[in-house]
Amino acid sequence: MEEKFLSRHFTVDKAFNLDVFKEQGGYSVLGKAFSMDTDSIIAEMKKSNLRGRGGAGFPTGVKWGFMPRDSDVEKYLVINADEGEPGTFKDRYIMELDPHRLVEGCIITAWALGLRTGYIFVRGELQLAIRRLEQAIRQAYDANLLGKNIMGKGLDFDLYVHSSAGAYICGEETGLIEGLEGKPGQPRMKPPFPAVVGVFGKPTLVNNVETIASVPFIIERGGDFWAKLGIEKNGGPKLFGLSGHIKNPGVYEAPCGITVGELLERFGGGMLDGSELKAFIPGGSSCAVMTPDKLDAQMGYETLREAGSSMGTGCITFMDETTCMVRLSARLAHFYHHESCGQCTPCREGTGWAYKVLNAIEAGRGRQEDLDLIMDVIENIEGNTICAHGDSLVIPVRSYIQTFPQEFQDHIDRKGCPFPVWQKRRKFAAAEAAAE
Amino acid sequence: MSLQFSEKGEEKFQEILGRYPETKKMAALLPVLLLAQSEFGWVSVEVMDYLAERLELHPAKVLSTATFYSMVNKQPMGKCHVQVCTTLSCALRGGYELLDTLEEQLGINTGETSSDGNWTLSEVECLASCGTAPMFQVTYSDGEIDYFEDLGDPDRLEAVLSELNAKLASLPDPRKMHDERRN
Repeated sequence: MEEKFLSRHFTVDKAFNLDVFKEQGGYSVLGKAFSMDTDSIIAEMKKSNLRGRGGAGFPTGVKWGFMPRDSDVEKYLVINADEGEPGTFKDRYIMELDPHRLVEGCIITAWALGLRTGYIFVRGELQLAIRRLEQAIRQAYDANLLGKNIMGKGLDFDLYVHSSAGAYICGEETGLIEGLEGKPGQPRMKPPFPAVVGVFGKPTLVNNVETIASVPFIIERGGDFWAKLGIEKNGGPKLFGLSGHIKNPGVYEAPCGITVGELLERFGGGMLDGSELKAFIPGGSSCAVMTPDKLDAQMGYETLREAGSSMGTGCITFMDETTCMVRLSARLAHFYHHESCGQCTPCREGTGWAYKVLNAIEAGRGRQEDLDLIMDVIENIEGNTICAHGDSLVIPVRSYIQTFPQEFQDHIDRKGCPFPVWQKRRKFAAAEAAAE
Repeated sequence: MSLQFSEKGEEKFQEILGRYPETKKMAALLPVLLLAQSEFGWVSVEVMDYLAERLELHPAKVLSTATFYSMVNKQPMGKCHVQVCTTLSCALRGGYELLDTLEEQLGINTGETSSDGNWTLSEVECLASCGTAPMFQVTYSDGEIDYFEDLGDPDRLEAVLSELNAKLASLPDPRKMHDERRN
């Protein structure tokens, strides 16, 4: 059995309480961290090959290196806890079950980069996560792990929870900053990047929950150790969320480089009885869809790109043979249309048009020319917007059409959808059958 | 007769303000909108004006933010606002059936509020609960939120609905909460 890191407290009773967390060795790494300076901590982070776990996979140590070094400039830490990419549900586990790990990571990050204030930007729906984080922060203040002169080391660092109010786009780091400032979450043009002009116009480091929760382990065991746990350029283990038509949906920790097939069989328990794998989405709804012949693809940013998709958040959705790819693409287009912030016309209008055309095909009203129309619409979104939201619709929709062209053609030819309605959960259906 | 936070609400308001630099009061707006909703039931123009005054903002700024975020209700909802996720993994694992079942059991269509003001049923996008699909979130009129997950089992759904039914009596009616908070 591999040693667990990020998930090691998920099964420990009340690990969200400070005393339990400390009994498990929590916060003991701070002593070591406080004996290191900025350069040596950033060097370990770079060596670790930790990549941003929010989906983009930017090397964390490099991002930290962009932050200005002047000690008298006000600088902010912002944790992106706005988890909402369809198919993704891993950060919630850390916040609800092991919130002190995130706080510990924040303290080390603040020490390393001279940050005086941090905000954890949590989506408002995750109220349990918010309560657990607020409690962890209160406990940390009481134990002088936050606030003034932390552990007598001269570090002043305040950490707050900022609850959002329902907007997927705030997961985009500059949309998040707008939301933190109380504005509509409309992403900003980059550059300037947040490391130069971030929240309240000050340099800001924005990192994902899982990214910062990994920091204590990297400091404790060293960057080389973390790098060796993964594959080239993809250090460490990470949390993989498995969902869809599988036996054991859930969040599991495994090393980067594990194959999709191994995750499915070893952790997911395989497909539901009587289900056959038709397709999977490797890292959230904005990734290109993949087929079973790609089950041996390794979970890593480069390896999945080579296999024709992307790692995204590392949360995989598995779909069986009853899943209609036209309906699924229409449903995802609906999502991206609903969540478009509206400031760029190609995204605001294009996502809606894409939804209408895909929905017409699914409903049996598709015309032959609609397949070209949809490609034209998405090509006019791609690359023409401030943020990646529009592209996040383009990539999957194009992949569904190119991977399953016959299915789209069949819908047009038959003037309807040959697939069953969205499937009842098998257990539900079985219980109903037994009751009859 | 103007709106005012309750004593507890005022305390929370001050605590939220304390998280942000003194010159950046607008930063408090998202959490304050949700606080106001739990105090006044819903976010009317009157509530927005009150928050604008409290945060020293132009009312249009409050309006612009309030209308952007989906958790801010611009009209009264039921005491229990049931929000069913039907995105991706939930769609695959029975989210739509759950929505249908709830329409039947609550006697309202998606997007409607029951005439007694007890229930609102909505279809929402991904709630980060993909491994425990199908599921819904309930936002109560007092501002608290619960996730109810793994609802594919009809017995579990029945138990959840009775739990919610039992809770109704203790929840304030969002349609009347404005009047209860006037000084």
